[in-house]
Amino acid sequence: MMHATTDFIARFWPEPLRLVLFLVGIMSFVGFNAAYLVWVERKGAGRFQRRPGPTEAGFAGLLQPIADAIKLLSKQMIVPAGVDRSLFRIAPLLVMAPALAGLAVIPFSEQLAARNINVGLLMIFAFGSVNVMAIMLGGWASRNKYAIISAARVVSQNVAYEIPMLLVVITMILVSGTMNLNDLVKDQAGGFWHWNLFRVWINPLMPVTFLIFYTCMLAETNRAPFDMAEAESELVAGAYTEYSGMGFGVFFMAEYANILLGCSLGTVLFLGGWHSPLGFLPNLGPLWFLLKMYFLVFSVIWVRWTFPRTQFYGLLNLSWKILIPVSLVTLVLTSAMVKLL
Amino acid sequence: MKNALSEIYLGLKSLFIGMRITIGEFFKPTVTVRYPHQTLEIPPRFRGHIELVRDSATGQPKCFVCKLCEKACPSDCITVEGVKPEGARRKTVTSYRLDFTKCSLCGSCVEACRDGAIRFSRDYNLAGLSREEFIMDLFQKLESESPKPKTITAPPVNTTAVSPTAPVAAPQPPRVEPTKQTPVVAGGSVEASPIPAAQKVEVK
Repeated sequence: MMHATTDFIARFWPEPLRLVLFLVGIMSFVGFNAAYLVWVERKGAGRFQRRPGPTEAGFAGLLQPIADAIKLLSKQMIVPAGVDRSLFRIAPLLVMAPALAGLAVIPFSEQLAARNINVGLLMIFAFGSVNVMAIMLGGWASRNKYAIISAARVVSQNVAYEIPMLLVVITMILVSGTMNLNDLVKDQAGGFWHWNLFRVWINPLMPVTFLIFYTCMLAETNRAPFDMAEAESELVAGAYTEYSGMGFGVFFMAEYANILLGCSLGTVLFLGGWHSPLGFLPNLGPLWFLLKMYFLVFSVIWVRWTFPRTQFYGLLNLSWKILIPVSLVTLVLTSAMVKLL
Repeated sequence: MKNALSEIYLGLKSLFIGMRITIGEFFKPTVTVRYPHQTLEIPPRFRGHIELVRDSATGQPKCFVCKLCEKACPSDCITVEGVKPEGARRKTVTSYRLDFTKCSLCGSCVEACRDGAIRFSRDYNLAGLSREEFIMDLFQKLESESPKPKTITAPPVNTTAVSPTAPVAAPQPPRVEPTKQTPVVAGGSVEASPIPAAQKVEVK
């Protein structure tokens, strides 16, 4: 049905309308997910600690995100004296925008992608660095010592993690020979053993590559155990300290939007996108994609409630001493294998 | 090199072990007691603020105002007052003021009480908007809990309970009748109240 709809849209509806539809679709997808991933996170956190999580608002606490949103919306957004007013206001938007832009090239199914461009992967990472800059701007514009410390941390953390992340991505480009996300997924057609995660005959270290990607994704989205930017115990709320009301809310939504983007990217790069894991299973299109993506999202929550926050030098050590060397090795290995095979 | 690799391997393994443990917890049942909806059973030795004990035979407070608790209290939070009605062998309590703002629940009063007339209550839902709400009159509290004593026909029981030598004809009025008392605060009105009660009993 999804295919039929998108086909129909592609054939008969004018391009601007298609764009508007995808824009609205992506924004509502992100908004809905940001709201309900908070619920999932709280429920998940509860279950991991053997609590029930939110229960009071609605059935099983399902209205909790709405209650949270109403609370945030009804609060004043205070702009403290002495801050850089324009940057302070722009920063939350700048955090949100790259995630939305990145989702535009994610192929949810063969047909369902807002833009099928040849440099999709490059585009996501180009916008991904804006996200870092936006958090830094927010921290710096706040004129608050904690926020500035946090901003500095975000930058050094993301510089450290961008390197292995990009090395991994280059490996994947070598394997598939394309930066077009749609083609990347098509390249993994067939059973789950064709997924990049399990293609050990191209590179025996493929699962390790996925782990590096996953770790870097956690660090890029500032998730625990790498949430040094928002280390509550030491930095109040990090870069978001001075934000209140919906300014804070947008930062919060952006965190989940970035997780969504990161997990989508992981699905596309390693888990075969919209392909079903076994040939005989029906091709459900976006459903397989969403299933894989939400599994990754769940694992992100799982990781958060398993590991304590690392120390800052531990975080940098992990990147420079382990992730970068290992990803370099996988890159060299893959290029050699690709050349030889 | 070899050391570094084995370190990485062991570190990675420990991460997965940790994740296996947490996912195990994830599927176990929750242990939360959802407090306003569910409550735990209060342990038998729970120490709430003290309360007066009723004599099961008469339905009246056991306390006979010996004031041992008052003396035992290290923080002076207890003030007991009582009257000795005519014909009675013992005093009866008319006001038992507990200043719970000062009480540290040490339990000296309960230990000091010879007759088992006070005990720890099981009341833990204490909340108030003012300090004065925690200066409580335990006697009034006891009265308000069950306004009508179970046994109005107390006199014969009383005599047996107190002592066999007591004259049966002269029942001890005060034990019976604080039912219709107006709030008992000042000593004067307190003294006044048992008298109609006594009269009632005598009429009977």
